[in-house]
Amino acid sequence: MLRKTLALAGLAIGGLWAPAGFAQDIVIPNIIELSGGGATVGAMWKNGSSMAVEEINASGGILGKKIKLEFIDTASDPGKARAAMQRALDDKPVAIFGPIYSGSVSATLKMTADAEVPQVIGGEAGNLTAQGSKYIFRTSFGQNVSMPKIANYLRDIVKAKNVAVVFVNNDFGKGGRDAIVKELAARDIKVVADISTEAGQADFAADVIKLKGANADAIFVYLNEEESARFLREARKQGLNKPLIGETTLLGQKVIDLAGDAANGVKGHVGLTVDAPVPAIQEFGKKYEAKYKTKPDHNGVKGYIAPYMIKAAAEKAGKLDGKAIAAALRGMTITPDKVPGILIEATWDDTGEIDRISFLGEVKDGKQVITETLPKLKK
Amino acid sequence: MTDFLQLLISGLATGAIYALAAIGFTLLWQTSQTINFAQGEFVMVPAFLALIAMRWFGVPFVASLVLAILASMLLLGVAFRYVVVGPLIRRGVLPLVISTIALSILLKESVKDFYSAEAQTFPTLLPDTLITVAGVSVSLAQLGVLAVALVTIVLLQWFLAGTRTGRQMQATAQNPTVARILGVPVERMILYTFLINAALAAMASLLVSPIYLAKFSNGETLGLIAFVAAIVGGFNQVRGAIAGGLLIGVLDNLAAAYVSTAYRQAIPLILLVLVILFRPQGLLGRREERAV
Repeated sequence: MLRKTLALAGLAIGGLWAPAGFAQDIVIPNIIELSGGGATVGAMWKNGSSMAVEEINASGGILGKKIKLEFIDTASDPGKARAAMQRALDDKPVAIFGPIYSGSVSATLKMTADAEVPQVIGGEAGNLTAQGSKYIFRTSFGQNVSMPKIANYLRDIVKAKNVAVVFVNNDFGKGGRDAIVKELAARDIKVVADISTEAGQADFAADVIKLKGANADAIFVYLNEEESARFLREARKQGLNKPLIGETTLLGQKVIDLAGDAANGVKGHVGLTVDAPVPAIQEFGKKYEAKYKTKPDHNGVKGYIAPYMIKAAAEKAGKLDGKAIAAALRGMTITPDKVPGILIEATWDDTGEIDRISFLGEVKDGKQVITETLPKLKK
Repeated sequence: MTDFLQLLISGLATGAIYALAAIGFTLLWQTSQTINFAQGEFVMVPAFLALIAMRWFGVPFVASLVLAILASMLLLGVAFRYVVVGPLIRRGVLPLVISTIALSILLKESVKDFYSAEAQTFPTLLPDTLITVAGVSVSLAQLGVLAVALVTIVLLQWFLAGTRTGRQMQATAQNPTVARILGVPVERMILYTFLINAALAAMASLLVSPIYLAKFSNGETLGLIAFVAAIVGGFNQVRGAIAGGLLIGVLDNLAAAYVSTAYRQAIPLILLVLVILFRPQGLLGRREERAV
């Protein structure tokens, strides 16, 4: 009895003496790719989300509480992401950020659904939002949204009658490949080469030689950042002279940085970019570049908007409760006039799919140039 | 046919880089019975030494390549010889193998922590100008890689066979006890082997990094392929390592084009199993017999 009383007294004193700031912090686990194949992606997201949290905390936090991000490395491995998610959920957070790689999202989304914790993801595989979770929310288009736009681009602007597809053999790549092949077939565009490459692949010589032999009107390249850069370098080295068309990643700043001159001439659809003709997003790009000495790509923007999504939803719900935040975010439209950090007006449907304007662009002289703005799918 | 020729040339260029790393395996084994499982990381590190020279200290590109080779010889040659191999070699092969595995992890994690976990661009010495002969397009950079690697190998062969020091190194490799009786400075010859290994690994690093991008994890694949190349060619023969490297480079490319990219990594391992089953001394290796 005495021991129990002393323990209770200790807890009470500990509670009284704990620093007030610490007790009030909202800890949000950021389970992302900080090493392995997705290190470039994770670094961008980490910087973006850190920047947003600094801004939110400086302006009073969320419902009067400050946010503290806890970065956990998945090493780009779904198994490690799952283990990290289990540890993070044990602490009952109000939200989880990440992972960014679709395979890792796929391995963790049921866990956040069971724990009723909103999970703001970077994954783009089409099937992620089709698995019935009411707790995942995208920061970028799923392939079910982006691939029809690319297929239209190939038909209407590139005027391609046959296309070669080169994709990375992971959840992201396979999902994109399946979606684009379906969309191309619906538009009577023939796939004359369907080339699978491996995640982390270093040597693309054989793949480029096969593509040269395929004699396609255009080549759709759907790889992760580092692999995209290696592919473009090899394509340049071998003089591959067909239009190279991509979706967001291929035209991203990180790929341009790594591929150098070899990225020039690449064209395609861009879901999110700091080169978009939107003053708020350009301003974000400048702030990011000044702070981190590198230009952000779409993953930097995705990381940046994640804390603002939770802030807007929590304030709408009026409480810091995961279930209430997720309910508030479903069907919600966040506009930059009310939440400037969201940068571009965005709407989430009941499955967590995002809708917002997007862009067509190309890489010229080592810079991404936006040529056209596409409207939101649903007004 | 043109596709096949392009695959062949491209495979030879990559294979020549594998050969540079594989030669190091055989040299270290022959002179000091060291199986270096950090060989892949030895190929990864020099690119970062060059990047540090360029980006942190503003050293010009070519000078930074020379500095990287010299620093590699010091760090991955002299220091490796005296800090890791020297104290452990007397304890048998196994502790040394384990210590090189530990070294590989240490080097990989150090580069990740102190430089970056992200891939880095690495400049190339030669431009990507295309040369087309009979429908086969090859870039100057690709030919350059092949030429630099082959010239390095030829120079090494000449050094080993045509100079007094080279012959002393061979004598040390064949029988260190007899070499010592004949007055060969065995310890110095062993050190030379470590220096040559480090220089070859640095050459491989500077050739492969413009293609693969410099990344802390590059050594994982390169080390495995070089090891397999050395065994396939013959672990006790430098020419075996060269043949093994070139063969795997070509097979890897042909497999990726005509079989499947997903299975390309399995092809060298299948070859390894076949060689161990049917020609355990390697394609060009010498059968070794040991008295019990």
